[in-house]
Amino acid sequence: MSEDTDPPNPLKELTLARVREFLREPGYVFWVFGFPLLMAIGLGLAFRSKAPERPRIAVTNDVASDSLRVLTQSSRLQARRLTREDAERALARTKVELVVDQPNPNRPLVFKLDAGQEKALFARAIVKDVLERAAGRQDRLLIDERQLSEHGSRYVDFLLPGLIGLNLMGSSMWGIGHNLVLARKRKLLRRYAVTPMRRSHFLLSYFFSRALFLVLELAVIIGFGRLVFGTHVQGSMTALLLVAASSAAAFAAIGFLIGARLESTEVAGGWMNFVQLPMWLLSGSFFSYERFPAWLQLPIRCLPLTATNDALRRIYNESGTLASIPFELAVLAVWALLGFAIAVRAFRWQ
Amino acid sequence: MTAPAIRTQSLVKRYGDKLAVAGLDLTIEVGECFGLLGPNGAGKTTTVEMIEGLTRPDSGSVELFGVPWGENRNRALQERVGVQLQDTQLADKLTVEEVLRLFRSFYRQGRGVEQLIAELDLHAERKQQYQKLSGGQKQRVALGTALAGDPELLFLDEPTTGLDPRARQALWGSVQAFQKRGRSVLITTHYMEEAAVLCDRIAVMDHGKIIALGTPRSLIDGLGLVQFVEFETKQPLDEAALSTLPVVESILRKGEGYHLRIARSLSALRIVLAELERQQLTPIGLSTHQATLDDVFLHLTGRALKAAAAEAGEPSP
Repeated sequence: MSEDTDPPNPLKELTLARVREFLREPGYVFWVFGFPLLMAIGLGLAFRSKAPERPRIAVTNDVASDSLRVLTQSSRLQARRLTREDAERALARTKVELVVDQPNPNRPLVFKLDAGQEKALFARAIVKDVLERAAGRQDRLLIDERQLSEHGSRYVDFLLPGLIGLNLMGSSMWGIGHNLVLARKRKLLRRYAVTPMRRSHFLLSYFFSRALFLVLELAVIIGFGRLVFGTHVQGSMTALLLVAASSAAAFAAIGFLIGARLESTEVAGGWMNFVQLPMWLLSGSFFSYERFPAWLQLPIRCLPLTATNDALRRIYNESGTLASIPFELAVLAVWALLGFAIAVRAFRWQ
Repeated sequence: MTAPAIRTQSLVKRYGDKLAVAGLDLTIEVGECFGLLGPNGAGKTTTVEMIEGLTRPDSGSVELFGVPWGENRNRALQERVGVQLQDTQLADKLTVEEVLRLFRSFYRQGRGVEQLIAELDLHAERKQQYQKLSGGQKQRVALGTALAGDPELLFLDEPTTGLDPRARQALWGSVQAFQKRGRSVLITTHYMEEAAVLCDRIAVMDHGKIIALGTPRSLIDGLGLVQFVEFETKQPLDEAALSTLPVVESILRKGEGYHLRIARSLSALRIVLAELERQQLTPIGLSTHQATLDDVFLHLTGRALKAAAAEAGEPSP
């Protein structure tokens, strides 16, 4: 009568517990799924490619009427007609980039500008071109222009893999490190330690629940990118999954390391930020890290987030294969293996 | 002959300079409910956790059913025991039945989740998340996790601390039902009443040592044919004069008041009151009672259990 005919499977129950705990915490769900999408929307819109702003110029009342008409009617300029005094004030206040004047009707036009300003030089080139064309100038050289709007080369294409990288880092480290420290703080780990629970099941339950969420996280971000920005994974999805899994393993190992002994979630949070902050800054999630000095390049490339971002971008945007990213895969493997080896040794149940 | 459920020999545990457990010998037979009593800081929890295999003793040995814990983890032995630790908080977001199923999954054999829910009267709460439960409900779930493997030996570390009397009695009922099936229990408590209700035998611990061992009845009877008188006076009384009376066995000051142990008779009480009158003192809040386990502790240590608990920074029950 005390026998249970259909005993539950411990690995399944532990994994389910992880998944339920996660899904029932609205805060976690937001940070893992909502936050990267908000970032993608915000940054994608802020940096979407758009035509440069038309130069703002002022044309004084003394400019001859034909020139005046050409300039004020050109679609390539934003021209305002002002008195000389007002025009000069507008220039000083950088409300316009250039002033077109003609103090003497029998003399040529005068341009007033700050030649140290790139915008002013751009305005000058446009104004000149507009006037010359109006005066009948023909292009003598035929040039074929191609606009850069191909998928894979816009900012949002650069950004999305970086967001996936950040997400992998955040959810793997917090999901494991924080959860472990919390369980230790609440004396739940000691409670497990006096049951015959297999330690390997405990560890594997983190592995499986992370793997499950990994697929969901990828699906959400990739699907969102496709729907909203029309981005496509150009390489193979399998390769992308494999990179993501290696990356999750590397970050999970670091999370385990942080969660191996600590009893305070606050201290663990501090360590987590301490580890993540340099990678937020250096690993090129938002902007290329190539602007950092040359001697820093190799250390930066050895960070797990850099390796993740680089590998994901190669596959996402450049149709790269796993064979094209041996360095990145090696970096992730070393972090994962070294981290787990140390964490398992250091781990304390109480 | 079957091996005892628990046997410890010269168990010692030190934390820094402090000797938490100072050479403990205990034998608890199969089918017995054994209580470890004492104030907080007496070494009860350290003792129990060494017996559970959670804490390694500095020296001495622990055997459960004749099997020592040994150097490595002994999962076979862990299959046979159920543990409720002090202040474990289970996963907040899991429901009662999810928690019970999780713990059930760790054991090869055990009690079904439905059975546990029925035994612990958790029907109404089964779909509720752990974080939403009351203290008494949480303790019942904790007991459920300890019973999930249908253990032969159950450890309960202060299972009813902070619970109201009704919740406490509900929990006692579950423990008694477990014991009725011939299983063994080791329980720590600082509630003497709890020990009196549940335990076949009791060890009173103080400062890491056992200072008395026996059945609740024998410990009380060990105090002799006595009764206790408590009262306060406005002026301090002449203790020397009072203690020369043959019926008075001991006098203890308790704050503003006095706690007297006197012979168990009406005339003895009369003699004491006459002496107070002679000293021109009026006893305030006079009360008398028969000996309880609280008096046993007071007699053994010179401290009231509540006061001892307060010393250890424990809010008095």
